[in-house]
Amino acid sequence: MRKAANDINRCVACGVCALQCPRGAISICKGCYAVVDIATCVGCGLCAGACPTGSMSIQDTLTPLRDIQEERTEDAAR
Amino acid sequence: MKTATKKKHWYDYLWIWTIVYFALGFFNILFAWLGLIDFILPLIFAIAGGNKLFCNHFCGRGQLFWVLGRNMKCSRRKPAPRWISSKWFRYGFLTFFMTMFGSMIFQTYLVFSGAGTLRKAIKLFWTFKVPWKWAYNGSVFPDWVAQFGFGFYSLMLTSTLIGLIVMALYKERTWCSFCPMGTMTQGICQIKAKKGMEK
Repeated sequence: MRKAANDINRCVACGVCALQCPRGAISICKGCYAVVDIATCVGCGLCAGACPTGSMSIQDTLTPLRDIQEERTEDAAR
Repeated sequence: MKTATKKKHWYDYLWIWTIVYFALGFFNILFAWLGLIDFILPLIFAIAGGNKLFCNHFCGRGQLFWVLGRNMKCSRRKPAPRWISSKWFRYGFLTFFMTMFGSMIFQTYLVFSGAGTLRKAIKLFWTFKVPWKWAYNGSVFPDWVAQFGFGFYSLMLTSTLIGLIVMALYKERTWCSFCPMGTMTQGICQIKAKKGMEK
């Protein structure tokens, strides 16, 4: 499954990706870096096309989304 | 359910402000002082709110690069070299920028103290002097106020020109990846986020 992934060490938190995302899946975490909500992301790549640093990229997620969501609900339950 | 077309906000048109700012400064250099808004607001957002809302939504310059680069197709939209967004270059450029800002403040001080005289010119890329004498014919303010205006306008115009060059060569908002204000506010946000984690 193709999803946007952000290299937080290179991200400058300019927010261009968040502005471009048609699904509103990207937010800027505490002014430090962009975070992708992979449950909402459809992997369209608009963010990666706009990112000035190239920190945003579209990658194949090895874990099926179902598992990630389950993991997240488990984390939330903890 | 979100639709593909996003609702436009008033702050999506702030790129007009950038053009208005440079137009005003062309006719009267005292308007250059308004540029301080773009310096102070991001710092307030970062220090008080711990966010980069200014970069994300209110930066007229970033928006102008987007409008020219994407909407008007003035950008090659090629990835910029990696070193441009590397930490050493970003902080190096911030240091250089602040040094130049300090030297501009010192020039203003010289005029203030009477040791220097008002020079009605702007300096592009910290090197090339451009006569700008039509923009000031005296005012109720002392000369140092105008000197600061010329210095600050030079700085704003130079950084916008650099931004336009990298916009044309690389991605639309390549300037954002090494913008000194962006580096500074992100640094403040990172310190604040770290402190918040320790608590």
